[in-house]
Amino acid sequence: MSEQLHIKEFLYKMADDLLILGHRNSEWTGFGPLLEEDIAFSSMAQDKVGQSLALYTILNQMGEQDPDTIAFMRNANQFHCSHLVEQPNGEYDFSLVRHFLYDHADYLRFEALANTNFPPLGKVARKFKGEVKYHVFHGDTFLMKLGNGNEESHTRMQNSLNNTFNLALGIFEPSPYEEQLIADGVFIGEKALQERWLEAISPVIQKAGLTLPAQSTWQPVYGGRKGQHTEYLQPLLDEMTEVFRIDPGAEW
Amino acid sequence: MISEKDIWSALEEVMDPEIPTISMVDLGIITGIDVKDGGNSVKVNMTPTFSGCPALRMMEDLVKERLQKMDIPHIEVETTFDVAWTTDRITEKGRQALLKHGLAPPVEKRDGYIELDVLSDVACPHCGSRNTEMKTPFGPTLCKAMHYCNNCLQAFEQFKPVF
Repeated sequence: MSEQLHIKEFLYKMADDLLILGHRNSEWTGFGPLLEEDIAFSSMAQDKVGQSLALYTILNQMGEQDPDTIAFMRNANQFHCSHLVEQPNGEYDFSLVRHFLYDHADYLRFEALANTNFPPLGKVARKFKGEVKYHVFHGDTFLMKLGNGNEESHTRMQNSLNNTFNLALGIFEPSPYEEQLIADGVFIGEKALQERWLEAISPVIQKAGLTLPAQSTWQPVYGGRKGQHTEYLQPLLDEMTEVFRIDPGAEW
Repeated sequence: MISEKDIWSALEEVMDPEIPTISMVDLGIITGIDVKDGGNSVKVNMTPTFSGCPALRMMEDLVKERLQKMDIPHIEVETTFDVAWTTDRITEKGRQALLKHGLAPPVEKRDGYIELDVLSDVACPHCGSRNTEMKTPFGPTLCKAMHYCNNCLQAFEQFKPVF
């Protein structure tokens, strides 16, 4: 199966983003600023963790270890997630802006993958697209509400956007197999995805009364896809795997 | 001898664990039934409503339990994404069953693509008014959205459309 290394690397980075952001979203359970938001972030967490399982299952069918082992037994440097998703939740405005930026990218990624030449991925991508549409809808709604809210909410959203944008550009860190993925018709490539993403988020940011950071300030935060992570990932993994490490056979 | 039709009928008695008025068949999650070996071997194919639906394993078990009652020696239940579930897979009988449970049925797919503003065009399950609005696409379970009826001034849940 080594000839499919490019697809495996691709699956790992998508699944790891989903698992880690899913975990971060779940940290809002019980802490949301209002009940509906508590439920929204918890629901999105459930979707994302479920989606990561579907992708880990494809990896398992390609000869990798079983999904639980992949999810719970790796160290931080074996994860391929972007730095964006591993950041602590911080204030609600940061979580919201991250969710808005990430989910637009994910929706467009799955939309592109609905036509992939790799059928197992096409099947799940078509499914995910319908689910993530609601995440995008939620992100757009709140970005516009708070961007156009009062001075404090506007300022917070703009500051978060400024501080999060370079991390979000890190989603599109090119893989070493970029050309092969494109040539094989597996994926349109990160560069094309980033262009579609900018086209999708720009009008919403404008409607929210916010400003996209000037292009001269763009400095994508790369490294996550290569296993280089911030100091925030390992503590997250320690917490996420705590029960599993105490009792690997636990059922609940 | 057990036929495929017998299995479909049996599964019409297996209800969704969270919405007890709708059967697995009417929910549209049974995508195929394969009866082999003179009825001694039955395989049921299922598709998840949502990737993260926590009731999935329970639903598989309920299907298995029902078939075990039919004394079928070899039973297999497999959930895959081979057939993507959409809310258009819910039967007419299923839509009525949702309503009976107090849930507004999902909007049906029109002309291929649904824009999000269409999602708010939902009839209130209490009074039938369309003067309603979606409050949040996330509800008590992944498959439900929260709406509010401006006519009878009550909140209600909708089984949300997924395509």
